[in-house]
Amino acid sequence: MKEFDAKLPVHRDIQTQNDYIPDDIPSDLFVKAPLDQKKSEEISTPSMSFWQEAFQRLTKNKGAMISLVLLLLLIVMALIGPSMNEFTYREQNLAHSNMPPKVAGLEWMGFDGIDANGVNQYAERDVATNYWFGTDEFGRDLWTRVWKGTQISLFIALVAAALDLVIGVIYGGISSFYGGRVDNVMQRIIEVLMGIPNLIVIILFILVLEPGIRSIILAMIITGWVGMARVVRGQVLQLKGQEFVLASRTLGASNGRLIWKHLMPNVMGPVIVTVMFTIPTAIFFEAFLSFIGLGLQAPLASLGVLIEDGYKSMRYFPYKLIYPALVISIIMICFNLLADGLRDALDPKMKK
Amino acid sequence: MKRYFVQRIGYMLITLFIIVTATFFLMQLLPGTPFTNPEKLTAQQLTVLNAKYGLDQPVAIQYIRYLGNLVQGDLGYSFQHEGRTVSSMISTRIGPSAFIGLQALVIGAILGLVLGIISALKHNSIFDYGSVALAVIGMSIPSFVFAALLQYYVGVKLEWLPVALWEGYSSTLLPSIALSVTVTATVARFIRSEMLEVLGQDYVITARAKGMKENQVIVKHVVRNALIPVVTMLGPLAVSIMTGTLVIEKIFSVPGLGEQFTLSILVLDYSVIMGITIFYSALFIFVVFVVDIIYGFLDPRINYKGESA
Repeated sequence: MKEFDAKLPVHRDIQTQNDYIPDDIPSDLFVKAPLDQKKSEEISTPSMSFWQEAFQRLTKNKGAMISLVLLLLLIVMALIGPSMNEFTYREQNLAHSNMPPKVAGLEWMGFDGIDANGVNQYAERDVATNYWFGTDEFGRDLWTRVWKGTQISLFIALVAAALDLVIGVIYGGISSFYGGRVDNVMQRIIEVLMGIPNLIVIILFILVLEPGIRSIILAMIITGWVGMARVVRGQVLQLKGQEFVLASRTLGASNGRLIWKHLMPNVMGPVIVTVMFTIPTAIFFEAFLSFIGLGLQAPLASLGVLIEDGYKSMRYFPYKLIYPALVISIIMICFNLLADGLRDALDPKMKK
Repeated sequence: MKRYFVQRIGYMLITLFIIVTATFFLMQLLPGTPFTNPEKLTAQQLTVLNAKYGLDQPVAIQYIRYLGNLVQGDLGYSFQHEGRTVSSMISTRIGPSAFIGLQALVIGAILGLVLGIISALKHNSIFDYGSVALAVIGMSIPSFVFAALLQYYVGVKLEWLPVALWEGYSSTLLPSIALSVTVTATVARFIRSEMLEVLGQDYVITARAKGMKENQVIVKHVVRNALIPVVTMLGPLAVSIMTGTLVIEKIFSVPGLGEQFTLSILVLDYSVIMGITIFYSALFIFVVFVVDIIYGFLDPRINYKGESA
């Protein structure tokens, strides 16, 4: 278009512009293209399922793909990281307490074993082994603890999200599928639950339950499933009235068949997106609880526990705060970006 | 409209009642006693103390008494601070929290608006990508992580602002900035997507076709209409600020409600935990209600006759 526009002479008024006929392309050069049905079939791309299309859209989203790779990398590190050196996450060695991080070959990046006062602690205390992320006040290796913590944080988040998913889908599905009075009662319960600030409920339940991984998960799902139930209900209500469901029902399909073959596949998209947004929220809540002193007990580590420990001594040992803070930030950013990407891929209409 | 109001207020009361009941009975399940050093007290002293705080009565009586007092605005006495009522503790503590929270809301709203508008007007430019990236980072990084880093770099290293404590205006800045990050990111993202949507509307094209100046189109038609849905964000934002104050006040030693709450949790001061829980919940429910009402006034397309969901 640009080149063609450039050839147009400058006209002073509309009249002459309308009279203008491009003289460099004679009209007899225009020939109608033959309409061939067979050809058009050949030209069209092979038909793809909804999931294939969604996957294709997702792979085009650079942010989401980078996040996916980073997340996979972090998950692998969380699994193998703790066993990459000879230390365990709970083993104390008071002679090696508060060692700054040191990695052979990476001295130029700050992994040089020099503490905040400019003293090379490794030379000072004659320590031969390198602690890649340094050690804490009990001489526990932070590299091992950070990855162990990532593992526990991810585990808590994934289990909480999975349980939210199960409860939410069942509750939302029953509520919307049966409708009527059932729906009415179930919705009223949800409306009341929605009004309760969930952080406060979580804090109260943690206070009552014994602190530990199980109680944190339990406290998070007490209110966590409500969002999922609402998403599922909204979707099913929308789908239930559509023709394909009606047709299937007319053909005598059972409720089970309707739910599993027609409703579930169509609800999957928004459900996956909701799960992806639940995971970072759960990671946040776990870290938050640990930070206000309601999280896991030592020597267990989670990212929140490590951040809290690091925060207490950040003035003199900033490295203790920085590594867990970095890991949690990357995890949160990646999950959010991936969830955004999935939402755009699964529901292009929602794209913003 | 009237029916909607009554219905909503009814729900608010039911929710609050459930929260009060749940909190009360959960507190009964808590391990330990509420008194400091109970092992040092003699049996007689314990009886006297229990009688003083009404803990010798059956749970049902205690519950009804608590409800009765609550209706009159009496939240009971603190178990840890001799002779202080929970209500007086809340009222002395609410000031700093409200100040930081509102300041964070203002900072966040202004920054978010600017970022969001620039980002939408320069769509797909380097500014757009920059502010979208900032927004994603701001929404993702937990506020307490950001607060800790801010305290370390701005407070300890650069010494630009006070590290902590509550002395003078300058000490309110760091906590407010730390709290405002989430607000900025959320508002920026929301404004951007709303503006992009409004920019494609027919009335904007009409305004341009009339020959209206671009500035006026943006201010009068685009930003104004994009702002309406932002009001719905106020509820969640207020909640996130309230959540944030719990940790941020701990980090910066702000003498606010959040700090009191975390302190009381650590020493198991039952009545204060209950009081603050109920207060927070009531505030939360009220904010959501007010936001819904404001939204209805701003956007005449909303009617209250339909489903309230």
